[in-house]
Amino acid sequence: MIRIDSVTKRYPDGTVAVDRLSLEIPDRAITVLVGPSGCGKTTTLRMINRMVEPSEGSILLDGTDIRQQPVNTLRRSMGYVIQNAGLFQHRTILDNIATVPRLLGTPKKEARARAAELMERVGLDSALAKRYPYQLSGGQQQRVGVARALAADPPVLLMDEPFSAVDPVVRKGLQDELLRIQDELGKTIVFVTHDIDEAIKLGTMVAVLRTGGRLAQFAPPADLLSAPADAFVEDFLGADRGIRRLSFFPSADLELQTAPIVGVDADADKLAARADAPYLLVTDLDGRPLGWGEPDRLTAGSVEREHLLDFGRPFVPGDDSLRTALDGAVLSPTGWAVAVDGDGRAVGVVSQQVIGEAIRAAHRRVARNTEVNAAR
Amino acid sequence: MNVLDFARAFFSDGAHWHGYDGIPTRFTEHLTFSVEALLIAAAIGLPVGLLTGHYGRGGNVLALIATAGRALPSFGLLVLMFIWSGFGTLPVMIPLVVLAVPPILVTTYEAIRSVDPSPVDAARGMGMPETRVLFQVEVPVALPLVLSGLRTAAIQIVSTATIAAYVSLGGLGRYIIDGLYQKNYDKVVGGATLVAGLALATLVVFWALSRLTVSPGVRRSG
Repeated sequence: MIRIDSVTKRYPDGTVAVDRLSLEIPDRAITVLVGPSGCGKTTTLRMINRMVEPSEGSILLDGTDIRQQPVNTLRRSMGYVIQNAGLFQHRTILDNIATVPRLLGTPKKEARARAAELMERVGLDSALAKRYPYQLSGGQQQRVGVARALAADPPVLLMDEPFSAVDPVVRKGLQDELLRIQDELGKTIVFVTHDIDEAIKLGTMVAVLRTGGRLAQFAPPADLLSAPADAFVEDFLGADRGIRRLSFFPSADLELQTAPIVGVDADADKLAARADAPYLLVTDLDGRPLGWGEPDRLTAGSVEREHLLDFGRPFVPGDDSLRTALDGAVLSPTGWAVAVDGDGRAVGVVSQQVIGEAIRAAHRRVARNTEVNAAR
Repeated sequence: MNVLDFARAFFSDGAHWHGYDGIPTRFTEHLTFSVEALLIAAAIGLPVGLLTGHYGRGGNVLALIATAGRALPSFGLLVLMFIWSGFGTLPVMIPLVVLAVPPILVTTYEAIRSVDPSPVDAARGMGMPETRVLFQVEVPVALPLVLSGLRTAAIQIVSTATIAAYVSLGGLGRYIIDGLYQKNYDKVVGGATLVAGLALATLVVFWALSRLTVSPGVRRSG
């Protein structure tokens, strides 16, 4: 565990970048430092690998002051990923990744074999091994940056705004990839970002820092959204934090209805049997949703697709959250969300009212857990 | 007679191809001065340029030295050194080195300064020692510019080494100065052609050197 113990960083001109900051960074989890510019998040990160030395206080790694070991030994035991990747343009991708193993004295051949493994792990085509950084896109370069940081298999990974310089689509891909890698490797990751959505998506714990380098709140993202410590945190979280909090509520328990689902080949009897439903979900022959139709306007045997209403975006119960389910329900003019299985076949429908009830139930559950924890 | 005729007359005269005043001897002398002067200048300019560039200090002092170095007339310096220390290699070497140090020093400093700071930060953050940061991260990327500084210095040395003949040292300048004195224009044009040829050869050598030493990753992106 990394323990930041009442650390202050004051520069010679009197600027205080970090002010008596204390944090306990849990092992094998992603801890995100987030805040506006000038909040000292990068300085804090750089104090962990001693790129910046604190003016006061100390940082402990597994109980030992990080100043106890030679600075380069410390740094080689921590992966370091920065914005724009910072690749060595004169080295091939493979040799870039092999940098730290080579520093640690691993023979060249072995280091390159390890680098090739890592390329695969971060989702880089092995054909890129002999290329130079300028031949790669920004997103690919950032993957190389992550692979390079992981090459010596360090227990700790420090990431300083690693995905800030790439476009939103690529960024989402990199974030998903990081979560997948973290599932496999379980590193202790300290991640700096100014993007609160990134913090909430990636963080197991999120530390919100305010200008002047003071800690505003340190909590799991769901708690941050449900109970911001003060107006600053609430403001920083931005609009619709209620909706965003739904990302942490699972959709598995939603009660689905299957009655309003009819195939595109449904006969008159079938349609008549469901005539009391306000809308029917019409699916193709494979069971994939096509759209909503009003029962009295549907023709038996064949359905004119252009008369169907949009069914929004379907959700996968269990995989997706209540946020996705609610989004699907509000997107469709019918007010119903469509649940599909992994192959996109409709497995049920659910109304806004039912989703609303599920949200209230989730709130009650959270409140009960909080009470139980408080009682302990 | 035109210049080409002078040159033809000079190079076709068999007497110019052997002996102590023959082309091979003079050429070797010229090349030796030039290489020695370049090595001394590089031994001064490169380390100072690399260190000041790496630590980012002393830029103003360097600019001052560079301006002063460029303003010094090499011919004047040669005469001064000759009066001071008499015949010999020293009065020739000093002006050549003084001429060559500023381009090497200043270009090397600028080359290291202009290296993108983020790979340098990444290298330090990964636990690379400072000497490796300099030689394995900064220098490979700065190399094309560093070589261009050396090339400028080398060309200047090759052309200026001609004046070494003025203080009775050999080299290709011998032909020019003796030729002028003897009103033998074959010699003057022949000598000048050889100096120009050597300067061009220097360019080719540096081009080949940069092909060999600069990483394709740097060549293409820089």
